[in-house]
Amino acid sequence: MIEIKNTIEENVQHIRVIGDVDASSSIHLDNAMREAISKSTDIIVDLSELSYISSAGLGVFMSYLQELETNQQKFILCGLNEKVLEVFQILGLDQLLVIKENLAEARQQLDAPV
Amino acid sequence: MRPYNIKITCSTSRLLEIRKFVSGVLESHNYPEIESHKLVLAVDEVCANLIIHSNDCNPSQHIELKVEYKEKESITFEIIDKGISFDMNQYQEPKLKELVNTKRKGGLGLMLVKRIMDKIEFKTEKNTNICRLVKLID
Repeated sequence: MIEIKNTIEENVQHIRVIGDVDASSSIHLDNAMREAISKSTDIIVDLSELSYISSAGLGVFMSYLQELETNQQKFILCGLNEKVLEVFQILGLDQLLVIKENLAEARQQLDAPV
Repeated sequence: MRPYNIKITCSTSRLLEIRKFVSGVLESHNYPEIESHKLVLAVDEVCANLIIHSNDCNPSQHIELKVEYKEKESITFEIIDKGISFDMNQYQEPKLKELVNTKRKGGLGLMLVKRIMDKIEFKTEKNTNICRLVKLID
């Protein structure tokens, strides 16, 4: 019930997550994140086709924050639907992660001076 | 008032069935969709914890979910299993910063459940664990 597509565009890794991320499928998201981090580029995770996320998926993102910071890799989530965004908001994770409305805004954020 | 129930084997691949079941029950009572999603999430979190931590994903074990919908009053979810019992008193909510620093992937599930539900209860009776989640209806 999950499909993940990794692509690289203009030296930015794009991870497209399609379907549901729950305790059974979060391992695939984890593998995709690990692979993207190993390539040392900035990362955009496009969640516009994600219909459901549970804590297992949130935990994956949280567990890489420190490594991303150490590596100075920018990390942006985008395209979250209302329900998915709310899961992040319930725990206040929207304050810890960079979340943009869509892919264009995510790209703009990467181009913005630090 | 009609109780609903479903029984699944302890495999995380069955969580989707649990989610569909809960959302179906709530939909049949015209419970608002955005609120329904949160309850589905909370039940999914508890079931995932029980499958993984209490029953070690052992497919010969089962968990049972019962839902009682009292119109204009409350929705009660009872999740029943025979695995290792969970002691809520031993649970300490992790700090988000701590989770980031320790690169821990777990610990967020019960935080979500606590924020979504109005009441959470774990008890063990004769080798049977019962987790009861209550959501009040405004």
